[in-house]
Amino acid sequence: MAERFFQTVGELSGALDRRELSAAELTAAVIARTQAVDGRVHAFNSFDAENALSLARASDARRAAGAARGPLDGIPIGFKDVIAVAGQPLTASSKMLANFVSPYDATVTRKLQDAGAIPWGRLNLDEFAMGSSTENSATQPTCNPWDLTRVPGGSSGGSAAAVAAGEAIVALGSDTGGSIRQPAALCNLVGLKPTYGLVSRYGLIAFASSLDQIGPFARSVEDAAITLGAIAGHDPLDSTSVKIEIPDYRAELTQRRGPWRLGIAKEYFGEGLDQEVAAAVQLAIDHYRQLGCEIREISLPHTKYAVGVYYIIATAECSSNLARYDGIRYGHRSTAASGSIDLYGQTRAEGFGAEVKRRIILGTYVLSSGYYDAFYLRAQKVRTLLRQDFLNAYREVDAILTPTSPTVAFARGEKAANPLAMYLSDVYTIGVNLAGLPGVSIPCGFSRDGLPIGLQIIGQPFQEAELLAIAQAYERGHDWHTRHPEL
Amino acid sequence: MSAPTDLNIDHVARLARIALTPEEKTRFSAQLTDVLAYIEQLKEVDVRGVEPTAHALPVYNVWAEDEPRPGLSVELALQNAPVQRDQMIVVPPVVE
Amino acid sequence: MNYEAVIGLEVHVQVKTRSKMFTRVATGYGAPPNTLTDPVVLALPGALPVLNHAAIELTIKAGLMLGGTIAPVCKWDRKNYFYPDSPKNYQISQYDQPLCVGGWVEIELPGSARNVMGEHKQIPLTRIHLEEDVGKLNHFGHESLVDFNRAGTPLMEIVSEPALRSAEEAFAYLTALKAVMIYGGISDCDMEKGQLRCDANVSIRPVGDPVLGTKVELKNLNSISFVRDGIAQEIRRQQAVVAAGGVIVQETRDYDGQTGESQSLRSKEQAHDYRYFPDPDLMPVHVDAAMRARIAVTCPELPFAKQRRFQAEYQIPYTLTSVLVADHELSDYFEAAARLSGKPQAVGNWIVNDLLRELGHGKVALAAAKIRPAHIAALVGLIESGAILNQAAKEVFAAMAQTGEMPDAIVARAGLKVETNVDQLEQWCREAIAGDTRALADFKGGKDSAINAFKGPVMKAAKGKASPALVDATLRRLLAAS
Repeated sequence: MAERFFQTVGELSGALDRRELSAAELTAAVIARTQAVDGRVHAFNSFDAENALSLARASDARRAAGAARGPLDGIPIGFKDVIAVAGQPLTASSKMLANFVSPYDATVTRKLQDAGAIPWGRLNLDEFAMGSSTENSATQPTCNPWDLTRVPGGSSGGSAAAVAAGEAIVALGSDTGGSIRQPAALCNLVGLKPTYGLVSRYGLIAFASSLDQIGPFARSVEDAAITLGAIAGHDPLDSTSVKIEIPDYRAELTQRRGPWRLGIAKEYFGEGLDQEVAAAVQLAIDHYRQLGCEIREISLPHTKYAVGVYYIIATAECSSNLARYDGIRYGHRSTAASGSIDLYGQTRAEGFGAEVKRRIILGTYVLSSGYYDAFYLRAQKVRTLLRQDFLNAYREVDAILTPTSPTVAFARGEKAANPLAMYLSDVYTIGVNLAGLPGVSIPCGFSRDGLPIGLQIIGQPFQEAELLAIAQAYERGHDWHTRHPEL
Repeated sequence: MSAPTDLNIDHVARLARIALTPEEKTRFSAQLTDVLAYIEQLKEVDVRGVEPTAHALPVYNVWAEDEPRPGLSVELALQNAPVQRDQMIVVPPVVE
Repeated sequence: MNYEAVIGLEVHVQVKTRSKMFTRVATGYGAPPNTLTDPVVLALPGALPVLNHAAIELTIKAGLMLGGTIAPVCKWDRKNYFYPDSPKNYQISQYDQPLCVGGWVEIELPGSARNVMGEHKQIPLTRIHLEEDVGKLNHFGHESLVDFNRAGTPLMEIVSEPALRSAEEAFAYLTALKAVMIYGGISDCDMEKGQLRCDANVSIRPVGDPVLGTKVELKNLNSISFVRDGIAQEIRRQQAVVAAGGVIVQETRDYDGQTGESQSLRSKEQAHDYRYFPDPDLMPVHVDAAMRARIAVTCPELPFAKQRRFQAEYQIPYTLTSVLVADHELSDYFEAAARLSGKPQAVGNWIVNDLLRELGHGKVALAAAKIRPAHIAALVGLIESGAILNQAAKEVFAAMAQTGEMPDAIVARAGLKVETNVDQLEQWCREAIAGDTRALADFKGGKDSAINAFKGPVMKAAKGKASPALVDATLRRLLAAS
């Protein structure tokens, strides 16, 4: 049996119910593990052990009274440091918010607390969720637990590393262009980005409003299903959240067995894809074929425009979303300035890192006078075509299989100097956000160097139950996801 | 679409209220010019008759009824304020 | 060369809702600083906007009342600019698809005399849209203090065509617009509380020239009078510039109501580049025929329409209607009384003279007044029937105001009823005639005015409660017969 801090929600909730261990013991084990390894992994910006233990004791009291709230009651869940938890820091791994404490809860925080889960720690990320390696954090880079010289991916690198290293049982991240799925692939985890609108964004620091979604990092598809069930659902505080009935995702896993028609997009298997990644994904495709699935080649003809479209829309939206960080009502305020205009310029120069500045500049430019039609409007039109590509494909197939990342985890510093190269590594994940579709990455092997490889499955809008069932069908035949790094 | 070299970084940085150093201006200008050159390829796409994706779902009239709900206490509202006085936030004089 | 002024007004009106435009914390004026905020108002990280349904409906109502066309589809855009009173450093507004387009405001210019109705004009509107208000910056020398209570209050922006031609017209426009908003329950339009703010765009051009001159934006017009005075001053300033051979510079000027002068605001970097784009956090609004119809039913009669109807239906003069219509509660009150009594002119006079004076003295609101329409109708009825005299009526009115009793009760209790016993009256008349032989002789001699000598004694005997007309008729009958 794995150590408690490596077990799944499925296993732990059973153990808790059977009184084989208490929530306080579990939390203490997670805290101890964090204290033991985070000095090397750097997944956490901060954590409050006392608070977690106190919540754990409350969970135990509930369970003792026969009032346990479900499988997440008593489970320590890590929070990417962009999701508001009242009374805890909310820093976005930025100097701009280094001293900011949130006075309110995100909706997902409230929902998880209602489910009895224990918010555990503030997890590192690329500053303001902008990046693919967590090297853009103003705190420090997070290290991949599978190889500490390498990146865990980003922007939710801290969330991925924490779960991979046993520092949290499950973690929440956010995904705008792949920021859950790519780190999940690089860290041997299940990472799910729900359909846009399924999970409330209220309390999520906005990066690109039309693309952002909160989702879980987990060690099994079942854990992802359980967590999704707790956080999904319409929120009157988020006008983009959808009124839809939320199925019991966990129960649905056993109801749906396929076989399915699975699409392979030829545009996703071309240049730039690492050979070992391609091979592992190919084996996964073969496995589905053996399960009786029909594998069809499909085309998503506008794929090559996805990165360009993304970097116009996401930067435009973020340039506006980040305008509020001005040092007036909260956050860092420069002491070097005189007068208000200068105050903004200095504060934001001091508070933001290079990648954030670059994206704000680019976003401001594409929205500026004379450029709106050529950039933003055109990008939104090409986005329509990108979404149409997927919806057309879904007339032929139930889901689409792709690699999650073109490479395995790369070395720290390797891509940092070349923003464009970094952007291009999002090529497989970005289209899913632009189309508003659900996507999950699951472990599908390791490279010769022992680095994890992820398979992405892209689903139809609001068909997470089906998507997770397809994912679990693969998982049932493999044990990649049960491996843990040596730390 | 305008040529990528049209990026007037001084002007845009001023619009964005970020005081860039000369080194940053040079570096970002070059990096963003690369990105913009890459984005040029969007020009190839035939977008005639295509509607922009405003929102993925055809949803409208999402609103709430006019029922007041409690807000933040003054303490919580100002707890992160860098400088405050008399329950208000202090800012340097506004000079255009 | 004769120049004419061309003026357009941009009016911001706070919509009277209980909660804010994009979040449900309460709206309010005069609350302690920063007590009406929440994560959305303060633009905390992670906050999201949610539309206020009532604000939208009230704006549609305003658009319908002003004859505008309600857009079947409208949307929300971000207007991006940095300012300390704007928490998000963008304002959620409506750019190219506003809630309402077109419409007009009917205005009335001063007449040649106070009791003569002036010319009416229709000032066309360009559009009406909905957005959010900003916080309040309080300036204290070397620093400013920001209060965000006002931030996020729903704000309707009403843009007129450049169709006004004088400061006087601008004054009339604002007066008329306020009346419409108040009638519709859309806003209280109290300029002192910032519920209505106005910027003016002023230009001049040679008379007959179709091309618009360079316009100057005038800000800080904090009262209706300042709007009129500021515009008048700006027209004079522009005329002087042109007369001296100069050219009008496009700029924004800040009006100082104390000095009556305006100053150029240090010019901003060209025009603002607001980088408008559709707000991804908010969904579009669709207004269908059913919604429009439902709101249309709630629209009250407009002030000028009511005024015209009062003149036609009740045959009451212009000056009277002006006073009544200025306050829609008052006009409703009047109509109730007029319908009860059937004597609209009389009822109207009692209301605008006596009732308003009474309310003013006691600082009582109309709704709280003890005198209701039925009281006035009954009082007028008593006077018309001759049951009481005008002088007594004043006493009755004062008593009604105090106690709220109906006039009959007061008249009975105070014994104010006019003597209607014709025999008693005839008795007093005979006694009066008998008591003044010289007057009798004068009257018989042809001096008609001698009859007045008898009236004093009759009135004295009647303790003042006799109808002068009846006394006169009775005396004449008796004198003729004697």
